[in-house]
Amino acid sequence: MYEFIKNIDRRWIFLLMFVSVAIPILLQIQFPEKATDLAVTTYEAIEQLNPGDKVLLSFDFDPASEGELGPMATTFTYHCAVKGLKMYFMALWPVGPQMVDERIEKIIHRDFPDMVYGEDYVNLGFKSGNEGVIKVIVTDFRKLYTTDAYGTAFDDIPMCQDIYSVQDMDLLINVSAGYAGTKEWVQYAVTAFPDDIKMVAGCTGVQAPLLYPYIPDQLPGLLGAIKGAAEYEKLVVERYGLEDQPQYLEGIRRMGPQLVAHLLMILLIITGNVIFFIEKRREGQS
Amino acid sequence: MKRTVPIIITALGGFVLIIAYFIPRTQGWGETAAIWFDVLASIAFILGGGNLLKIHLKKISDQNSGWGYSAITITAFLFTLFVGLGKIGVNPNIQYPDFAWSGSYRTIGSPFWWLYEYAFKPLTATMFAMLAFYVASAAFRAFRAKNIEAILLLGTAFIILLGRTFAGVLLTSWLPDWLVGLKLENLTVTIMKVFNTAGNRAIMIGIALGIASTSLKVLLGVDRTYLGGGED
Amino acid sequence: MKSSLLSKAVLAGLVLAATVWAQEEGPAPPTNVVATDHPWDGGTQLDVSWTLSADDAVNVATYKFYRTLTEAEMLKEEADARFKALNHAKQIVTTELFADADQQGIPHDDPELLGRIRAARKSAADEAITAVNADIVATAGETKYRFISILLAGENTLTVAKLNRAVAYGFKVVAIGKNGVESAPAVSMAAVQPIRQGFDGTRFFLSLIVFIICGAVIYYINVARSGKPLNIRKIAGLQAVYEAVGRATEMGRSILFVPGIQDINDIQTIAGMTILSRVAKTAAEYEAKLEVPTSRALVMTTARETVQAAFLSAGRPDAFNQDLIYYVTDEQFGYVAYLSGMMVREKPAACFYMGSFFAESLILAETGNSIGAIQIAGTAQPAQLPFFVAACDYTLIGEEFFAASAYLSGEPDQLGSLKGQDVGKSIVGIIMVIGVTMLTLAAIVGFDSGFGAAMLDAVDFLKSVILT
Repeated sequence: MYEFIKNIDRRWIFLLMFVSVAIPILLQIQFPEKATDLAVTTYEAIEQLNPGDKVLLSFDFDPASEGELGPMATTFTYHCAVKGLKMYFMALWPVGPQMVDERIEKIIHRDFPDMVYGEDYVNLGFKSGNEGVIKVIVTDFRKLYTTDAYGTAFDDIPMCQDIYSVQDMDLLINVSAGYAGTKEWVQYAVTAFPDDIKMVAGCTGVQAPLLYPYIPDQLPGLLGAIKGAAEYEKLVVERYGLEDQPQYLEGIRRMGPQLVAHLLMILLIITGNVIFFIEKRREGQS
Repeated sequence: MKRTVPIIITALGGFVLIIAYFIPRTQGWGETAAIWFDVLASIAFILGGGNLLKIHLKKISDQNSGWGYSAITITAFLFTLFVGLGKIGVNPNIQYPDFAWSGSYRTIGSPFWWLYEYAFKPLTATMFAMLAFYVASAAFRAFRAKNIEAILLLGTAFIILLGRTFAGVLLTSWLPDWLVGLKLENLTVTIMKVFNTAGNRAIMIGIALGIASTSLKVLLGVDRTYLGGGED
Repeated sequence: MKSSLLSKAVLAGLVLAATVWAQEEGPAPPTNVVATDHPWDGGTQLDVSWTLSADDAVNVATYKFYRTLTEAEMLKEEADARFKALNHAKQIVTTELFADADQQGIPHDDPELLGRIRAARKSAADEAITAVNADIVATAGETKYRFISILLAGENTLTVAKLNRAVAYGFKVVAIGKNGVESAPAVSMAAVQPIRQGFDGTRFFLSLIVFIICGAVIYYINVARSGKPLNIRKIAGLQAVYEAVGRATEMGRSILFVPGIQDINDIQTIAGMTILSRVAKTAAEYEAKLEVPTSRALVMTTARETVQAAFLSAGRPDAFNQDLIYYVTDEQFGYVAYLSGMMVREKPAACFYMGSFFAESLILAETGNSIGAIQIAGTAQPAQLPFFVAACDYTLIGEEFFAASAYLSGEPDQLGSLKGQDVGKSIVGIIMVIGVTMLTLAAIVGFDSGFGAAMLDAVDFLKSVILT
């Protein structure tokens, strides 16, 4: 047995990971959540806005990271819609517009059918250039965005007519899976115009440690991975009574598999170290 | 000449971006330089597409090992390009109903949307999800308590792994109020905010200075290796 | 008796009316609104000041501040109103007619339907435009203001930003009483134009820091050129480059070089190219096969130039095969899928990951590990470093990666730049020590004490003036 574990084929580890994720999903195991400070400040940043305030939502992620970032993007969209904020969606990633479309289809069209495209929300689509896009639109939107994602001229869209730059937004919400994303928004938008641009963000777990140095001055609110999404979800769900709507509980649901997977990781690390020490002792004896 | 012109362009572009930050009169120049790069990068898509076709068609014609994959790549590339550029199955924009191509290429139900929804999306999500398996395997193989530093790292990893789930709350819920800082969920936040931020700042400062120094070498033409060496 | 009652009622009525009138009276207006240019800026700001309302202390809640609209803004507002009305009218008509057509089963591309829609859209647009134009004519000639901000009682200055330096602006301030009633407006005496200065003064200290660090790099490059020997500590990952290439040659297998997934404008990709140059030269000398799949077309072009020159300098120009440096895809996971498949099939003996990496780092490094390749990674993405450290044989961490070019070339010019970088580190260290010391002293003596408050002010100056 010891020899088997010592020389274990990594495919057994893959199988263990698969089982540890699959079982909580199949059994729909859920755990309670407790919102930490960063989730609360993120929630408050949106909650404090007034109906009609302008929010720029930059969805800088792709289907690959949707499993991790999709739930928070959904909750951000719902929260802005229910508050009656004007939503300007955009993306620095080529497939970001599809992430936006999905939220428009599943959240706005389904739960807020009275919202009018071009008056209450607009999808400005993707622009290539990464941080180059940010550098331009922080001072002039029209230099890059001549139309929305569907080809309608920027100035023909009612809610865009009084928008000149990102500085005209009351809040910037960024959901990011890497480059270009939260770090670039902080460096080229918030840092350049600290009095005019306020930002909260959600990011993948790997990115989160890199963004902590920007908290709280440049980045007052940050949701780190599914854990952050679940905490924020809890606040929004409790405030707006969404307990019976599964599409707004995705983050909380995904914390079940995360817990079991983390426990498996700890078990694997301990097992690996036990083998390491046994081997070390044997080497010492011989 | 082959080296001198690129170095002049690099130096001009770089110094314009630096100056534009401090001199209001030149602020627009930086934006212009950024837009020029976008234009170049967009044209490079054609270069990339051409190279893709060349390499894979050659593989197919030479019947090299794995030529079947090349055939699939070429077919998928051309088909996606055709349905995307041709806006096949796309409804006209409501503002311009007379123009068949005025609609969005992402229209729900169009072939491009199908490709995205049922091929691209699951494939990329699968690749990303593989990380979970690789992390587990790497953790088993590489995380060893070889010395004091490694033991500290392992301890931190356990705290974060537990503290980022409900297990952390459950394990330390018995702690009295005056030890609230030691509850795993709070300890996780402290580690992230204090130790992680301090370490990251140190690495970021080093990287930033490295970037500044490397950029300066490139702008001054001291480092020309990326152009293939120092000879003109 | 009757007349006495009547006179009392009239008197009471008068008193009540006077009270209501007094309550609804607004505060005295502010006066003397004066605008001046904001110093050391790009010509986008004006400083405006005014004399507070005489009732400021007793009956002013806030001040509302306005500025005049520029001619372009006025035209824009008019155009906006026209566009909004026009599009709204057109959209309503189109939606209605399409809905009718759906009910009647008429297809959307029916020519007769499209003709009707065109006619209806035109007449709806004409009606909307006429109505908006009438409104515009009715208000022509009035000076129009845009609301800018609300200020609290007692505040009498404001810096107005986002202005056009080609336009002269007028300003209007209105005091709002505690009862919500507005005072008469106070309008600025003369319109003032912002002036663009030659240098952005808010960034003076930053320019100084840039000057010192860049100056130090250039100074030490010159020192190195003068022949003064400079030492650099050994970097294991870079020494292993030769070992890895040698091993691949011995095993008769290829070398894989992955230059990250960012474009050539990323400095990490350029740093990767400098290492590629050295790897290619060694590979050419050892006659090993070097393969460079890229995720960006511009990186491919650059890599070809780099490798070709390296082969040339190794005296093996004939061995250069440009088809081994090729573009795969811009898509992150498409690129990773290709590389993983290729690694498993071709089993390269040495894998180099040098550039900017994201989630793919662990997938690549673990796949490389599973095929038994010797792996060397270098990146300045701090988030990916733990994955490379766990799965690769050697990892160049952050600044080591940028030092690689100097280390591998051994040229005095490049080594000098590293020494200049150290000056930057010293400056950062000194600033950090000063900041931490001041805050610690303030905490010891108490933030409320005179010395503590002075320390806090100094830290604030350091943070928000010098380091901004």
